[in-house]
Amino acid sequence: MTITTAPAGVSLRGVGRAFGDHVVLRDIDLDIAPGEVVALLGASGCGKSTLLRMVGGLDTATSGTVRVDGHDVTGIDPRCAVVFQEPRLLPWRTLAGNVALGLPRDLPRNQRDSESRQWLGEVELQGFADHRPRQVSGGMAQRTALARALARKPGVLLLDEPFAALDALTRLRMQDLVEDVQRRSGTTVILVTHDVDEALKLADRVVLLGGAPTGVSVVLDVPGDRPRDHHQPELAALRSELLAGLGVPRRTPLERETHAR
Amino acid sequence: MTSPGTTGTTGSSEHTDEPGPAAGGARRARAPRPRWRWSSVAAALALPVVLLAVWQAAASSGAYSTAQLPPPLSVLSALGELAGDGSLWTHIGISVQRVIIGFAAGAGLGFLLGAVVGLSARVRAFVAPSVAALRAVPSLAWVPLLVLWLGIGEGPKITLVAIGSFFPVYTTISAALAHADAHLVEVGRAYGLRGGELLGRIMLPSVAPAIFSGLRLGLAQGWLFLVAAELIASSMGLGFLLTDSQNTGRTDILLMAILLLAALGKLCDVVLGLVEKRVLRFHK
Repeated sequence: MTITTAPAGVSLRGVGRAFGDHVVLRDIDLDIAPGEVVALLGASGCGKSTLLRMVGGLDTATSGTVRVDGHDVTGIDPRCAVVFQEPRLLPWRTLAGNVALGLPRDLPRNQRDSESRQWLGEVELQGFADHRPRQVSGGMAQRTALARALARKPGVLLLDEPFAALDALTRLRMQDLVEDVQRRSGTTVILVTHDVDEALKLADRVVLLGGAPTGVSVVLDVPGDRPRDHHQPELAALRSELLAGLGVPRRTPLERETHAR
Repeated sequence: MTSPGTTGTTGSSEHTDEPGPAAGGARRARAPRPRWRWSSVAAALALPVVLLAVWQAAASSGAYSTAQLPPPLSVLSALGELAGDGSLWTHIGISVQRVIIGFAAGAGLGFLLGAVVGLSARVRAFVAPSVAALRAVPSLAWVPLLVLWLGIGEGPKITLVAIGSFFPVYTTISAALAHADAHLVEVGRAYGLRGGELLGRIMLPSVAPAIFSGLRLGLAQGWLFLVAAELIASSMGLGFLLTDSQNTGRTDILLMAILLLAALGKLCDVVLGLVEKRVLRFHK
């Protein structure tokens, strides 16, 4: 089965969001090209998830416009699919039944099941279609959530800290899987994370959000082709810059050397 | 998983991703488990047996007349007597029929109104306080009004059972839906479900355990209200048997009717409990 989607571009113009008098996001301008992987990086509570939710239509901007594929986002957007920090699977359905939630509604019944199983195969869970969510590990549940999102064949895949709750090893596997799936499907990806290395490993561009209320503080292009090893020396300077931007400055290996002399 | 051709590694994920601690236990849970827990059955029956012995001892001690406290055996023979002339089945039949019809109507209405009130804050603001006030009316207080409006046929009795069943179902469902798992509801919305579909596929299944506890409470309260209905203006049913036996001094039949009410109420709850177990077998 082909998992190729028609990747969609995303455009944010002067986007702001306030909850009552409390302004969270202000004047966000950002253009994301079709097929691009963009990481939204920021400290906890800076509003990066809110920004992601506005692209998916789960939240509405109080000012500015959010466009996907050149069309304004009004309400839940069928061109987007979200993976949340928690798997959020329906406990009474099998894994295949959960994936079916992402399939087109008009699909005949017999096709729903076979397609769900194929999408589970894409995340290497082909043997677990009839398991219930509570019968599988957290990593497998999160992969099911990814399959559910892929089944929607999204133009934009929205990942809201999808690896944050996983253990370190499972997180590395999930990152590889997302990278692989992105390369084969070509979909646009917006990844919300607070992990600098994760952003440098997966993204073409890193958008650092900061300030109060939050705006775009830096946009950095990440050099080199994916899959990337985040220990590459040319990424060290980027990592330092991003960590400094997040308020936790670290010396680069080069600086450490010169300091020691 | 680091290799680019990940789809080719069929079935390898069992080894690369360890299933969580729940997986082993869950596989065990899938196996059929027909094993009866005899120890718990014995424990449940211990108290009734002791009470029966105390009852027998008290009845034969001479402290009470047989009109006050007939021995267990005479209650059993009263059961045989009524079963023999067939009137027992008439009384049980009509009572069960009233409970089933009344429960179906009351629980159905409670479900509908509970769902609307649970889903809409605006409807809740208008409706919930008045319903809560009506809920405080004791069962017997409805009887004169129902007799006045609906006569002395089946109508007022079924209506009273329906009133009894309505409130627990309404209350539990409205509360459960108002606090349905926000994360799952958001997933449903994010994947394009709205209105009735969101209710049917996400919200109701997610509150199914609460729905069942509401139904069980409603059924139990239906039996309570049934007796209130049958105590007044009736010529059949277990509630009628209570007043009739009191008037004719048949304490053995009185005790038998009480025991039958306990047994039938328990039986109904067990049946509903089995349905619940079946329906909720995949819930947390």
